[in-house]
Amino acid sequence: MGARLVLDAAGPNIITTDATGCLEVFTTRWPQSAWGVPFIHSLFENSAAVAAGIESALKALGRTDEAKVIAQGGDGGTADIGLQCLSGMLERGHDVLYVCYDNEAYMNTGVQRSGLTPFDCDTRTSPSGKASWGNPLRKKDMPAIVAAHGAPYVATASIAYPKDVERKVKKALGIKGPKYIQIHVPCPPGWKSEPALTIKVAKLAVETGLYPVFEMEDGVVTKVRKIPKTRKPVTEYLKVQGRFKHLFKKPGGEKEIKKIQQIADENIERYGLAGEKEPVATTTQT
Amino acid sequence: MARTFTEGSKAVAEVIRVCRPNVVSAYPITPQTHIVEELSAMVANGRLKAESVNVESEFSAASVVLGASATGARTYTATTSQGMLLMTEVLFNISGMRLPVVLTCANRAVSAPINIWNDQQDSISVRDAGWIQLYAEDIQEAADLHLQAFRIAEHPDVLLPVMVCMDGFVLTHSYEPVDLVSQEEADEFLPPYRPEYYLTPKDPLTYGAMLGPEAYMESRYQLDKALRDSSRMIVEVAGEFKKKIGRYQGALIDTYKTEDAEVILVAMGSVLSTIKEAVDKLRDEGGQKVGVLKVRSFRPFPKEEVYSALEGASDVLVMDRAFSPGSGGVLTTEVKATFCGRKSTANIKGHIIGLGGRDMTVESILNVINDRAVVSGQDKVVDLNESLLGGQKL
Repeated sequence: MGARLVLDAAGPNIITTDATGCLEVFTTRWPQSAWGVPFIHSLFENSAAVAAGIESALKALGRTDEAKVIAQGGDGGTADIGLQCLSGMLERGHDVLYVCYDNEAYMNTGVQRSGLTPFDCDTRTSPSGKASWGNPLRKKDMPAIVAAHGAPYVATASIAYPKDVERKVKKALGIKGPKYIQIHVPCPPGWKSEPALTIKVAKLAVETGLYPVFEMEDGVVTKVRKIPKTRKPVTEYLKVQGRFKHLFKKPGGEKEIKKIQQIADENIERYGLAGEKEPVATTTQT
Repeated sequence: MARTFTEGSKAVAEVIRVCRPNVVSAYPITPQTHIVEELSAMVANGRLKAESVNVESEFSAASVVLGASATGARTYTATTSQGMLLMTEVLFNISGMRLPVVLTCANRAVSAPINIWNDQQDSISVRDAGWIQLYAEDIQEAADLHLQAFRIAEHPDVLLPVMVCMDGFVLTHSYEPVDLVSQEEADEFLPPYRPEYYLTPKDPLTYGAMLGPEAYMESRYQLDKALRDSSRMIVEVAGEFKKKIGRYQGALIDTYKTEDAEVILVAMGSVLSTIKEAVDKLRDEGGQKVGVLKVRSFRPFPKEEVYSALEGASDVLVMDRAFSPGSGGVLTTEVKATFCGRKSTANIKGHIIGLGGRDMTVESILNVINDRAVVSGQDKVVDLNESLLGGQKL
């Protein structure tokens, strides 16, 4: 879904790479391919470096007008195993848009924890249990890591707001240098949520402040998606997903939910999300 | 053509320059550094018009040339030792996608213990990566091999990556008079790279698709066949190089005084010159019938050529500068396999020599030849210092 939005916005004149993951697996089973654009999948961790090579080749061959380069990866391929290649691509300033589809765990291999898995989330490698509330760590702050490389454009987005995704992709492709968009994409089997509620779940992540949607240009937050004036508590988001159900069942869960509420409150404070009516996006300078 | 007295790494860089690569990407590691430093200088002063991508690791270097090659660029990288091992995952990917990347391996030992000196454990350890592997005997050959490598790799019948292996320090850091091919000669020998398939919106192809059990084996079979069939092109290109440039250092193999030889030594790389010196000494002084088989192409492994060159000998002494711990010398195993089910009754004896930069002297070679009758079930590890073995008996 995220990839379709990105491709629709980008148009036909692109060359795209993809890390190993479910997107690659279900779109390129030989002898068929779902990609109507030039596409290359190499390995799990080198989507950014392969894209850097493509961009360098286009430059060397005088073909830069032919295509924009878009690298794609999941949250694991981006924030964990692929972080070094991404860092190199950003640092060297390649004219590449990197898109991270963030479904918050290694879903292709059956729901294992990644660096972008949220706090207290139940996964197969961070299971909740008598001695565990699930993932003990908070999400790695990828947008800040990318921005620290001096990338001119960094944005987060959510499939709950498809027009916003498309706008950001188009905007990013108009900027020279390395760009990064991280798109929140629910994975119903991994999140143990109702497929029919996918958009609602994605929306709740944003509205509760757990998934801040913003744009950073040259390291400064230039635009955020405001959340409703009457704040929705994080429980509204958590309770519609099986991956957080232990928080409502085990004694002491309220305490953990408070910690998650605090993460949301911090996000709201940090990005200035509190505001007027939803879903109008307004501009704030920080 | 110009003869200059130059360093091995510089000679290689000069040849890479006249090959006109579009994208060069490498990560510095001893003893490969001089090659990439020289190429960087050429880009900086405008002598080489290429995108030079200074990456953060060998893994990315290999990934960058993969992406660039798939986009239709002529690409080059260089590495050694730990860098080769870090690249390994990408090496398999490059050959699997049939991308004609050329890579120099400045052969070096592999850690631990860490050791920056020469043996061939790095390239031998990636022998199954699906790359053509060619080994240079001296600096002249190392330089010439790169021009040949691009021709072989990019030929539509081949489309495979080529690894040119040259012994670290021994060839990368020493100086010799070298004949360097001119730009005109190189342009005539190596046409521009015009691949039939590459990444472009004009013809949107999918690279790196997933193949299930119904087709994966066929894909691997085709890779193996392409690699074996590349023998023909290696021979053809070496022959054409001889005709046009005037030098020939062998094709898949080369032989030295083997016609009447009873004892033949087999090796790859720079140790061949020391072995030839020992052979000359024995022939000159004692009239012993000794010869040398140089294996120039390790992948594809020229089974027929190797057997034909060795079948008449009574003793075949194989020199390995890398081994498979728990088994033995890798070249030895390959050579022995060529004799399987054949008529020849030659005694084949394996030797592990010169690991981690240990000198292999003419004296050591003469000892190997003299001791040929002493056979055990194990390949002989030559010149071990017993005092360092903590009381273990040899």
